[in-house]
Amino acid sequence: MQFQFDNLSEFFNMAGHGPYVWVCYLVTFIAIGYLLIAPIRTQKKLLKSYKRQEQVAQSENSDAPASVTEAKQSW
Amino acid sequence: MAWTWFHQLGSPRWFYEKSTAWLPWLISIALILLAVGSIWGLGFAPADAKQGNSYRIIYIHVPAAFLALAGYYIMAISGAIGMIWRMKVSFVVLRAAAPIGAILTFVSLFTGAVWGKPTWGTWWVWDARITSMLILFFLYLGVMALQNAFESEDAANKASAILALVGTVNIPIIYKSVDWWYTLHQPATIKFTEASTIDPSMKYPLLIMVIGFYVLYATALILKTRTEILQKERKAKWVKDLALAS
Repeated sequence: MQFQFDNLSEFFNMAGHGPYVWVCYLVTFIAIGYLLIAPIRTQKKLLKSYKRQEQVAQSENSDAPASVTEAKQSW
Repeated sequence: MAWTWFHQLGSPRWFYEKSTAWLPWLISIALILLAVGSIWGLGFAPADAKQGNSYRIIYIHVPAAFLALAGYYIMAISGAIGMIWRMKVSFVVLRAAAPIGAILTFVSLFTGAVWGKPTWGTWWVWDARITSMLILFFLYLGVMALQNAFESEDAANKASAILALVGTVNIPIIYKSVDWWYTLHQPATIKFTEASTIDPSMKYPLLIMVIGFYVLYATALILKTRTEILQKERKAKWVKDLALAS
């Protein structure tokens, strides 16, 4: 098994087919990146907002007035 | 007792907690396989005698199309399980599978169009394989649209599960289209029942990419299912505890 191209510019050019090949790989890897990154980001955001809601709910139920003001400020 | 796993699988919490441990492994395996397969296919596999270098698109086009089809099975089967056994998680999987399948179908249509230009001289033809893949894309979009078209979640789940199930008639048509209507799209090069019509030096990177896409699909499906679970179970105590611990 050996590298099929003489140099890097030939590798990118692929005897004229380069633009077709590279645009396909680019689009595919953007799609793959989106499939993996988007749900992880959404999960982090959801957990963060639940945490805030829960902290507010807890501090409103407790008697400590200090934490109430603190939580209110964070909104 | 033997069926405990089946019921556990139906528990969103069990699924979420188990999958936390699987994910780092799945993501690493998917990325390694995709990287190795791409580099092998792009740089080290020999050029095709007829198509030159444009054929290197096969290493993403074929795996994406495989998973577009396999993803449809997964979506339809989870719809059926949801309808029959009323398992909570299965409708969640149905919801999660639709956009992933739509993206993979789009990738296979897009890479096919770009591959068609230097090979067939056209971006698009109304060839049977291509047209049935376009229908698959619209079926995925239809399932996604139906899920948001109802006030009641139960009605949305049922309607989208029925559309997913009815749409499975399209799957054998896609598989057989290259044999029934032999027009432009080439027939399958990897065959399971007889010798493949692809040289081993080109086949091994393709197999790596196919496995890589399967692992990627599993990872993406688990990730999306977890997101849906977090949204559905936001009132549950375990989600609140999880959020506070994060």
